[in-house]
Amino acid sequence: MPEPLLSVRNLITEFDTDEGRVRAVDDISFSIDAGQTLGIVGESGCGKSVTAQSIMRLLPQPMGQINGGQIVFQGRDLVTLSLDHMQKIRGARIGMVFQEPMTALNPVHTIGRQLTEVILLHKKVSKDQAIREAVHMLDRVGIPAPDIRMTEYPHQLSGGMRQRVVIAMALVCQPALLIADEPTTALDVTIQAQILELIKELQSEMGMAVMLITHDLGVIAETSSSVVVMYAGKVAESGSVYDIFDRPTHPYTRGLLESIPRLDTPQKARLQIIPGMVPGLLDLPRGCRFENRCRFRQDHCTTAHPPTEMVGEGHGAACYEWRTVVQSEVGSGGDSSRFKLSAIA
Amino acid sequence: MTSVLDTSAISPLLQVRDLKMHFPVKEGVFMRTGKYNKAVDGVSFDIMPGETLGLVGESGCGKSTLGRCIARLYQPTAGEVVFDGTDISRLGRKALMPFRRDIQMIFQDPMESLNSRHTVGEILEEPFIVQKIGNRISRQQRVRELLDVVGLPARSITRYPFEFSGGQRQRIGIARSIALNPRLIICDEPVSALDVSIQSQILNLLVDLQKEFHLSYLFIAHDLAVVKHISDRIAIMYLGKIVEAGQGESIYRTARHPYTQSLISAIPVPDPHRKSQRQVLTGDVPSPINPPSGCTFHTRCPKVMDICRTVPPVLTADSQPVSCHLYPDSTP
Repeated sequence: MPEPLLSVRNLITEFDTDEGRVRAVDDISFSIDAGQTLGIVGESGCGKSVTAQSIMRLLPQPMGQINGGQIVFQGRDLVTLSLDHMQKIRGARIGMVFQEPMTALNPVHTIGRQLTEVILLHKKVSKDQAIREAVHMLDRVGIPAPDIRMTEYPHQLSGGMRQRVVIAMALVCQPALLIADEPTTALDVTIQAQILELIKELQSEMGMAVMLITHDLGVIAETSSSVVVMYAGKVAESGSVYDIFDRPTHPYTRGLLESIPRLDTPQKARLQIIPGMVPGLLDLPRGCRFENRCRFRQDHCTTAHPPTEMVGEGHGAACYEWRTVVQSEVGSGGDSSRFKLSAIA
Repeated sequence: MTSVLDTSAISPLLQVRDLKMHFPVKEGVFMRTGKYNKAVDGVSFDIMPGETLGLVGESGCGKSTLGRCIARLYQPTAGEVVFDGTDISRLGRKALMPFRRDIQMIFQDPMESLNSRHTVGEILEEPFIVQKIGNRISRQQRVRELLDVVGLPARSITRYPFEFSGGQRQRIGIARSIALNPRLIICDEPVSALDVSIQSQILNLLVDLQKEFHLSYLFIAHDLAVVKHISDRIAIMYLGKIVEAGQGESIYRTARHPYTQSLISAIPVPDPHRKSQRQVLTGDVPSPINPPSGCTFHTRCPKVMDICRTVPPVLTADSQPVSCHLYPDSTP
C-alpha cells in the first residue's frame, strides 16, 4: 500500500489561556491519500480549524503549541521541521484557503502583487514570468478580465471573486495538498456552488489532495470521499463518505445527521435534536466527551474516553456502545421533551 | 397593485402593498444624492394569523431591509404596511407604540442585539418597563415564566449575555421577543449563526411557540432547507423584488422561476448517493444601485431571451406567482 500523502498521528495541540492550559486537539489521527478529498466536519470548538493550523504550523503564538504526535507529509514530520523549511512547504506544497477571504488578502496591495509575491517566493522565475503565471492562474479560477483584476485591490472585488483570488494564490504553485477551512461558509449558496465546483475541477486537473473543513454535512456529502467527524477535540468517527452517511455508528454522527432539516422532510415536523451543548474545553467530562448529550450512555461511558474501535473496513468509531447504536433504528430517539408552558397573560 | 400572495376567508394579519425602501447614495465631494439603492422595490404580500411566510434570497437582495420596514425600524419610502387593518407605514413614534408590542424581531446575532451590560433579567424586563406594564414584582414573575418557556434555568436572571452559549443567547432573544405577547415576529436569520445541533433545538422551539401562542412569523433566511422546514409559504427575493412565491412544498417540487430552480439546485444535499445535476449560476448578484435593465435576473439567467433584457416582467396572478417572461402572463 502506498504511503499516504499526509498522515496525522496522535496529534495533541494545546493552548495556554488565562484559565489554564486547554487541549484543543486531543490525540487525533487520520490520513489523506494523494488526490483524495477528506472532509473534516464538526461544530464550533471541536478543533477542526486548530488541526489545520497545526498542520500548517500557523498556531497563534505564543499560546498555541503542538505537544505530541506527528504530522507526516510526503515522508517528513512537519512538527519537528525548522521554520525555514516550513516556509518552503507552506504555499508551495500545501496551499490554504480560509473562510473569510478579506482577512487572507492584504487590503493595501493589489491582487497582482500578492499573487506574484507567492510565485517569486517559491519559484525561480523572472518577474515577467511570474506576472504571466499569475494572470493565467486568475483566468483558470474563472476571473473575467484577469489582467485588469491584477491591478485592482481586494475591496474592489465581490466576496465570491475574492475567494477565487485566494484559491488562485493557494494553487499557483501547484501544491500536493489544499487545506480549505470553511471556504464557502461566508458565501451565498449560488456562489458556494460555483466555488465548490471550481475546487473540484482544479483538483481533477492538478491531481492535488484536498482537506475540506466544514460544518455543513451537505458540502461533505457532495465533495468528500472520506470523512472525519470531530467532537470536542477528539475524532468521534471516521470512514468513507458512505460509511458516515449510510452507517453512522457514533451517536454524535447519527445525531447530526438526524437533526438537519432537509428539503424533503415534512414541513414543521419536529426535528430530532441533540440535547444540551458542546462542553467547554476547560471542563470536559472525564469519560466520553459526548456522554452528557448521548442517548446511548451507560455507566462506563463516564469513567474513561472510549478508544477508537474499527467497526468496519476503514471505518472507526470512538464509542463503547457502538453495537447498540448500529442496532437501533435511525430516527428513533432524541425528540426534545416539550417545554412546560406557563400561562403568559 | 393587487395582493400577490392572497389567501381567502379570514382577514390577513399583515398586508404589505407595493412597499419600497430606497436609500439615498451620497457621492462626490459635496455628498450629493445622485443615485438610490433600491433595496426593496415594490413588494406585496400577506401574512395570515398563525402563518409563517419564509423569505429567501442571497445577501443584498433586500430581505432584511424588508423585515425592518415592517417592524418600522425603517420608515419605508413608499407603499403600505397594513397591520390588522391599520397602515403603520407612516405612523409617528407615539402612534406606533401599541404596534411595537404586536410586532417583534429576532435577530441573527444575539450577542449584538442583547445589551452586554444588562443582566438577562434586566433585558427581559425592559419591554414591560417601556410599555409601562405591571409592577416590579409581577414583572419579575413574568421574566421567570419567559425563561421557563424558552428552556433556560431560572438562575439565568442574574447572569450576563456573555455567560451563555450562542444557542442559549438566541433563546434569550426569543424570550424577549415573545415577552409582550406579540402577534407577528420578524425572524431575521435566527439560526444561521448557530451550530447544526443547536439549530434544530431553536427551530423546534419556534414551531412550539407558534402553535402555543398562535404567532405569525416572517422568517427571513438564506438557507432554503431551513426556510422550507418552518414555512407555510415561501417568497423568493432577488434584487429588491419578489420573483416567485407559493406553498413551500410546491416551490420546492415545481419551482417556476429559473432563479428559484438554481437556488434549489445549489443547495448541497447531505446524501453522498445523490450526485446532483447542478445548475451553477454564473456571476454575482448585481448592485441594487445600478440594477440591470428589464428583468434584473437576466445577467445570470440560464434561460435568458431577448425580451428579458428590456422589458421587466410582472408577477403572475395565479396560485404560484412568478415574475418571468417564460410564463406568458408575466409579460405586461
